[in-house]
Amino acid sequence: MPHKVISLISVGRHPQSGRSRRADQDSRAVELGLKLAGTDLDVVHAGSSQEPVLRQYAGMGLPKVTVLEQDESADALVSIADYLKSEKADIVLTGVRAESGESSGMTPYILSEQLGWPIVARVADIVEIKGDEAQVLLALPRGQRRQVTVKLPFIASIDNAAEAARQSAFGPGLRAKMDSQNGSTVEDSVRVDWSEAPAKARPKRLKIVKAKTAADRFKAATAKPQGGSGKVMKNESAQEQAQAIFDLLIEEKVIR
Amino acid sequence: MVIDWLPSVLIVVLLALGVIGALRRVSLWRAGQPEKVNLIAGLLAMPGRYLKDLHHVVERDKYMSRTHVATGGGFVLSMVLVLIVHVFNVEQQIVAWALIGALLIMLTGAFFVFKRRLNPPERLSKGPWMRLPKSLIIYSLTFIILTLPAAGILPDASGSVLMIAVLSVGIVIGLGELLFGMGWGGPMKHAFAGALHLAFHRRSERFGGGRSTGLKPVNLDGDVLGVSKPSDFKWNQLLGFDACVQCGKCQAMCPAFAAGQPLNPKKLIQDMVVGLAGGTDANYAGSPYPGKEVGNAKGGPNEIITAGLVSQETLWSCTTCRACVEECPMMIEHVDAIVDMRRFLTMEKGETPNKGSEVLENIIATDNPGGYAPGSRTNWAADQNLAVMKEKKEADVLFWVSDGAFDMRSQRILRAFVKLMKHANVDVAILGDEERDSGDVARRLGDDATFQSLAQRNLATLGQYKFKKIVTTDPHAYHCLRNEYADFDKEGALEGVEVLHHTTFLNQLVQSGALKLDAFKGGKVTYHDPCYLGRYNGEYEAPRELLRSLGIEIAEMERSGFRSRCCGGGGGAPITDIPGERRIADMRMEDASTTGAELVAVGCQQCTAMLEGVVEPRPVVKDISEILVDQLAEEVH
Ligand code: SF4
Ligand code: SF4
Repeated sequence: MPHKVISLISVGRHPQSGRSRRADQDSRAVELGLKLAGTDLDVVHAGSSQEPVLRQYAGMGLPKVTVLEQDESADALVSIADYLKSEKADIVLTGVRAESGESSGMTPYILSEQLGWPIVARVADIVEIKGDEAQVLLALPRGQRRQVTVKLPFIASIDNAAEAARQSAFGPGLRAKMDSQNGSTVEDSVRVDWSEAPAKARPKRLKIVKAKTAADRFKAATAKPQGGSGKVMKNESAQEQAQAIFDLLIEEKVIR
Repeated sequence: MVIDWLPSVLIVVLLALGVIGALRRVSLWRAGQPEKVNLIAGLLAMPGRYLKDLHHVVERDKYMSRTHVATGGGFVLSMVLVLIVHVFNVEQQIVAWALIGALLIMLTGAFFVFKRRLNPPERLSKGPWMRLPKSLIIYSLTFIILTLPAAGILPDASGSVLMIAVLSVGIVIGLGELLFGMGWGGPMKHAFAGALHLAFHRRSERFGGGRSTGLKPVNLDGDVLGVSKPSDFKWNQLLGFDACVQCGKCQAMCPAFAAGQPLNPKKLIQDMVVGLAGGTDANYAGSPYPGKEVGNAKGGPNEIITAGLVSQETLWSCTTCRACVEECPMMIEHVDAIVDMRRFLTMEKGETPNKGSEVLENIIATDNPGGYAPGSRTNWAADQNLAVMKEKKEADVLFWVSDGAFDMRSQRILRAFVKLMKHANVDVAILGDEERDSGDVARRLGDDATFQSLAQRNLATLGQYKFKKIVTTDPHAYHCLRNEYADFDKEGALEGVEVLHHTTFLNQLVQSGALKLDAFKGGKVTYHDPCYLGRYNGEYEAPRELLRSLGIEIAEMERSGFRSRCCGGGGGAPITDIPGERRIADMRMEDASTTGAELVAVGCQQCTAMLEGVVEPRPVVKDISEILVDQLAEEVH
């Protein structure tokens, strides 16, 4: 029996122009979905079926996109959770975090909680589905992979390391069917009060590179900062834990 | 004599068969999409187009033009007279003499065709085309002999049965080739299809010395975008393919072919003929696509072209340089066809190769192919003190900066041009961050949807401001603005606006005395014509005049002017990057080096990038504005 795969898509934002686009990770989720299920893939969006970006996703060769119609102020999670409960899905693919909206990266976690499914975070590839198990490759830093076996059904958030999305073709995108269904009307009460402002660049930890050779410099440039001197404080009192953090901030000259 | 009637019957039968074949051929063209042409006006204009426009091209090869006039003219005249003398039996000696005269002219022409075919150059197709001169000679000789009695030279009824039998064979061979072959796809098809192609050409503006180089817009509401199968072409495009005489002039000029990339414009047109008629390319007797064997291509009017007839790499190898179109004596439009098929690959299949998809996605999301922040478009001009239209609203000249704004090498050209304009006190402004990519690359890569969107948005911006001229240093943007935006300019944003390339504009400034320049003292200089300035827009003179005004005597390359060889940078070719045996830019640089020049003057940022990408030692490459700026005369106060 073919497995039912659902990819969740959202409206992305181009990092340079700020313009709407198909989100990078979400479109990778569609790409992986197409690999697993072909055109049987169910691609789901909570929002407006008039959204032009949906056509960019559809241009990847999707005959239709399921749209859970809802207001912008409504909580997308409610729509999606309801939909997933009504469909008997085996695998749900999402991005790690959205490029617009709250962008908290919580969607897959909350869904997994509500559905009671396991979540596999930062997936690079789903190699094989056999019976009720899937072989999943997780993306680790610096190109490393870890293979895990996961029981269906599960939710996977797709890492940037997954196969890049194929080109979107204008014609099929234009002709794809937008299959509108009623989404939720529950207002996202937390979000209504928020105001959006452009993000400020976060200060980066300075790396003092003492490399002598080109190979060392290369390693230093590509390595993610790993602050090897960290320690785990589990049993100390909150007072002591706070003091440790405070000391560190002074040491790092974040506060003087 | 018992079988005296045989020749006339044969003539009539062959004529009838020819007509049947021709009608069948017409039905093949009619499988194409409708396109409005004025049938009557076209037919009336056809002889003039043949005599003037087609011969203007054929004339470049004097030998062939004379030969063709003699053969073709002799044939048409003799055919009419053959019907009068041998079918309607008009017994006037003078008519018979005229017929013999016409046949002699044709015989002479046919002889020269024969001579050329003794040792044919590689570009010519062989196969049935080798047979053609012989058939022509047989035809003329046969009818000369057949007409002798009517002319009173031989006594009447002197033909023995044997004689008539021999002549009848001659008729079958000669007239068979000419009439039967014309209708049924023999080499003579070119005369019939060619004549109608001239009459119903899709770009009738090209006749009478005009130029028509802008691509035609795609109807984005269509069922299929671009051309997937031969029957998706317009009917008169199919007709155009059928007019090809396989002379290979396009092949000889094609930079991609010379570079060993899998493209040969002649073979491509022949494959289109295979497609429209159905069948395989097994009978093709010309040069193949480099690296691809002949005989494996299959197609039909309703079969997907890229599934067996033409490979995708072939279509992506083209630089859209138009050298083939410029050279084609039959005025066939290769570039239109290639882009039509690319449109299908990009807009329906999403299969733009290599960097194509990334570049298109960037253009869609940021209005520039590099994916840079749109707000950084004017960073190059931070120190240029240039007026921006948003504030100025009105200027004599709008400087269209183009995407060179994001490229450090191109910025040197931009700055040089700005300095020249300032020197000449030009009232100029730029659009600044409001400018967007012109859509050139998107369109050549087959994404007409994105091109149209860019054109519309650019036009909306342009419409807000007042200016008399748009000047740009980028011939690709120049081409779009001048030749392709009109299809979308509903509000008339560019009405009455003169679109100029910077070399044209600078030349006006120099000639009017607004720019004073010192003589150039460097070494030998050659000039490379950018395809989109020269062949696309006919501007060959202004850059040369500018160089001459510096006292430069241009060391012309063998291929210059309308025969200029592409730098390899057009049509998105560097983006799709189809491998060949050589690089087109290397070949062009070799052309330049052969002249002994130390400096290659160009008028295009893309050409500059391509030619500068050639490994040293090689001549220095500079845009004309960079050369001029170094020669600005110091003002004496
Ligand atoms: S397309 Fe034109 S130039 Fe090329 S072979 Fe045919 S007739 Fe000659
Ligand atoms: S446009 Fe240029 S590259 Fe393309 S087929 Fe013609 S000659 Fe070749």
